[in-house]
Amino acid sequence: MRYIPNASEDIREMLAVVGVDSIDRLFETIPDAVKLDRLLDLPGPWSEIEQRRWFNGLARKNRTAVDHDSFLGAGAYSHFQPACVDQLLLRSEFLTSYTPYQPEVSQGTLQSIFEYQTHQCLLTGLDVANASLYDGSTALVEAVLLAERVSRNRKKVVVAQSVHPHYRDTVTTYVQNLGLEVVEVPWGPDGRIDPEQLRDACTDDVMAVAVQSPNFLGVIEDYASIASIADGVKATKIAVIAEASSLGLLSPPGAHGFDVAVGEGQAWGIAPQFGGPYVGFMVVRDVLKRHMPGRLVGETVDVDGRRAFVLTLATREQHIRRGKATSNICTNEALIALAANIYLSLMGREGLREVAVQCVQKAAYLRQQLATTGLAEIPFSGPIYNEFTVRTSRPASEVLAAFAEQKILGGVAIGEFFPELQNDFLVAVTEMNTREQMDRYVEVLRGVVTKEAR
Amino acid sequence: MTTPEDSRYAKSHEYVHMEGDIGTIGITDYAQKELGDVVFVELPQVGAQLELGDELGSIESVKAVSELFSPVTGEVIEVNEALADKPELVNTDPYGDGWMVRIRLAARDEVDELMSAEEYEDYTKHESGS
Amino acid sequence: MSTIIEKPEAAAKLAAAPAFNREGLIFEHSKKGRRGYSLPALDVPRRELSDLLPAELRRDTIDDECEVSEVDVIRHFTRLSKLNVSIDAGLYPLGSCTMKHNPRINEEIARIGGFAQSHPMQPEDQVQGNLELLWNLEQSLKEILGMPRVTLQPVAGAHRELTGILMIHKALATGGNARKYILIPDSAHGTNPASANFAGYGIRELKSNSRGTLDLDLLEKQVDEDVAALMITVPNTLGVFEDQITAIAGILHRKGAYLYCDGANLNSFVGIARPGDMGIDVIHSNLHKTFSTPHGGGGPGAGPVGVSERLIPFLPTPTIEKGDDGSFFLDYNHAASIGRVRAFNGNFGVLVRALTYMRSMGPTGLRRVAQLAVLNANYIRARLKAAYHLPYDAPSLHEVVFSDRNQTSRDVHTLDIAKRLMDYGFHPPTIYFPLIVAGALMIEPTETEPKEELDAFCDAMLAIATECEERPELVRSAPHTTPVRRLDEARAARQPILRWKP
Repeated sequence: MRYIPNASEDIREMLAVVGVDSIDRLFETIPDAVKLDRLLDLPGPWSEIEQRRWFNGLARKNRTAVDHDSFLGAGAYSHFQPACVDQLLLRSEFLTSYTPYQPEVSQGTLQSIFEYQTHQCLLTGLDVANASLYDGSTALVEAVLLAERVSRNRKKVVVAQSVHPHYRDTVTTYVQNLGLEVVEVPWGPDGRIDPEQLRDACTDDVMAVAVQSPNFLGVIEDYASIASIADGVKATKIAVIAEASSLGLLSPPGAHGFDVAVGEGQAWGIAPQFGGPYVGFMVVRDVLKRHMPGRLVGETVDVDGRRAFVLTLATREQHIRRGKATSNICTNEALIALAANIYLSLMGREGLREVAVQCVQKAAYLRQQLATTGLAEIPFSGPIYNEFTVRTSRPASEVLAAFAEQKILGGVAIGEFFPELQNDFLVAVTEMNTREQMDRYVEVLRGVVTKEAR
Repeated sequence: MTTPEDSRYAKSHEYVHMEGDIGTIGITDYAQKELGDVVFVELPQVGAQLELGDELGSIESVKAVSELFSPVTGEVIEVNEALADKPELVNTDPYGDGWMVRIRLAARDEVDELMSAEEYEDYTKHESGS
Repeated sequence: MSTIIEKPEAAAKLAAAPAFNREGLIFEHSKKGRRGYSLPALDVPRRELSDLLPAELRRDTIDDECEVSEVDVIRHFTRLSKLNVSIDAGLYPLGSCTMKHNPRINEEIARIGGFAQSHPMQPEDQVQGNLELLWNLEQSLKEILGMPRVTLQPVAGAHRELTGILMIHKALATGGNARKYILIPDSAHGTNPASANFAGYGIRELKSNSRGTLDLDLLEKQVDEDVAALMITVPNTLGVFEDQITAIAGILHRKGAYLYCDGANLNSFVGIARPGDMGIDVIHSNLHKTFSTPHGGGGPGAGPVGVSERLIPFLPTPTIEKGDDGSFFLDYNHAASIGRVRAFNGNFGVLVRALTYMRSMGPTGLRRVAQLAVLNANYIRARLKAAYHLPYDAPSLHEVVFSDRNQTSRDVHTLDIAKRLMDYGFHPPTIYFPLIVAGALMIEPTETEPKEELDAFCDAMLAIATECEERPELVRSAPHTTPVRRLDEARAARQPILRWKP
């Protein structure tokens, strides 16, 4: 039993100290009636050799960016993952420690979270970031709940229909018993939230307005005009950022009067790994800090006057305020937040911008190639970052299946979420995609489309 | 522990110091010691109408939150803004600069229902003994 | 590890020496022009940014972001790591957190490219390997928990609690009355009432009896038509098994209510007994506890919720199903489902690690986990009970809760004992929890500690008990040898500094 050191001799000695003659005696408080009278019916134990054989076999059944050109996005992106990030994450002191409740022996984790919080503030242009939430979808939930706490009895939240559908579904699930109403506002012809319909939806019982930018269709929203509409009814303005690398180049929500920025930090050096673990971030204006969910790390000094870091403003949290806490969250995504911190530090001010510039340039290239060759329609005219919606004359699922045959993961079909968009799919382009890949993409699409025409 | 003779005391450890029909309210020296370092005080808006026993606000130490209850009925006419920057005044001077709110009492006789200094000291001896 | 610090004053002097000076913030290492990355040159024609994005949508710079080299980054984070203690370096006896060894094969398997680079929005036919893995994990958890279905969607303990209570709410509401309250024992973890609140319920607190368990008479009185469920931890936060568990389930079920079990402590009876055989309706399991996935400084976790037959229709979407042709698919077709509890498919990377662990252990190994976790905890209990007060002396399983009652007469308290343990090289136990024990010291060694380590820990605890008698000031002012000493936490909370500013 390679993970359980104590063997028969140890056990004998320990039983003697405890004063019982067998381990079974220690389980006498579990009634016999509920005790299992057999072994669990499970495979194993397996050696590492067997583990590798079986799991590698499963992994080979997946199609991934390892041996395909990937243009997948829709909330999870293939970005550069610097070697340093994973190497540092594997350090025992980060990997195998726990929540820094005892600051004297956890300064490494605490200082790293403080740095992570700082990166979030610099990137979003807001004042106070927390230590992490589960992911982008639950971060949006927490933002809505925060808005409700500060709204004093308003119960309606306006959410753009172009917020990631999984995020909207998660909000619906969370608020189902809390008496909150979610009002969805559609997009206009350019793919941005329809300003007239937004104005109509913003009645004076609205506590918050949430928009995603770049939105699910890939289009960048106009924060300034949305903020001015929301301000008319004093609603909390929530910006959702599902593609965090965009913050390297796009004007941040804090610069346009937004109160809360939440989002998904996966783009910061985290592998897509089928959806998790990722890291949800949340940054708010200073006046909202005492309403923040989750953990916060603050700076202080020790008894000798040395700078040190500690979990603070803890009275917001469940272990103290229990039923009245700002959130039920306890375990968060600390290790992934550390990965984000390492990534953001390594890339730094210039690297973050360069990644974002390459995304914009490359996405513009592919979008233009597709548009000028007439192979596909670009249904939304609004400005984009690294992702855009493509429409062809054939159902998206068929087109994407044909791409897969050519070892291209060509995009994400969105008809599942918007039944009227069966022929539409999202195409994401990052610094990982080469011009050669994009040119091949166009050629493969030409084959798919002309095959249909024949 | 100090317990000024000229104030009245609630079982939930608030004091009321009367001047005319205005009561100044805070927490007692005993209570601040029990709480430890006060780090944040949440107070009502000026103009709020409070009933006896209504939640008046809350006090936070590093690892605890305590609710404050209004020992009287009336209108909040002033709150101690200084506590926003210096919550530690509740520890250092609970009956002076660490006061919390001033209330114009609706019914002055409510104060008579509260404990005297001597009764309160007796009460706290029982509480800490239990 | 067992080195006893005889001269903490000398150690304290050492602590102030330059070698112990704090590593600065990464932003303070920043120097103009330094680079920590390289990217390929742009291989498409570069267009003017102003042609692509209007000026009002762009930022010119990320003000104050750092500029550092790879060397700076590696040194910085390596130095920071040295300020942490970790389970890899020794016993980390945080009660209820289950800090056990994290096998490295788990890390390797989760990093296989075919898993790590797979994308959450791919069609099912492209990710059959992932779906087969998840399906197998659900089958194994069903067997371990004795529950007919398990969802893998939730990602942490509190997330699972919310999921479980939302299912109960939906089931009751479907029957016409969602009810108003969740009963929660006073020994419960704080996430329990918080989760109940966010699921739309009020909370009624139940007092524990002198054994730390529930009184059936009291429970019978408390369960009325307004009670939706009882949420209990088995074994509870004192490590005591609720031996009346099936009777408790009966009381709730007769009144149409549900029994919710917080499975945070599953590691104490895995392979020995199964929640599903006790009448439990909802049980969650923390994979980062029982199934060895690393805690990572506070997450990620992952977590399945197992449900009884009558809650199956309300499981969150999607579920993972196996079709008649042997292929696997995600099923969204559940009309009564509570809906989606987060984006994508749960914390897949953590689920991979947990399944790897289950396969490493097999059925015999998993039962051994419970056996040794319980023996190790009882060994500590036996060695320390003469020196430290046991507030509840009912037999306990995988953890043991002491209090500081024997030490308070010397004005030494739980916090001081915890801090002094650091000087002996150990992470302290969980302190001041559960709330029903004044000055609680909650110790959970787990099954992965060798006897020598348990002895070193007990020796340290006994030495501290002696110090409390003979040199209480030494304990009250501890720690003396850590990178920083006690912090001014009041200052941190009064004038919060929550980010670096230039």
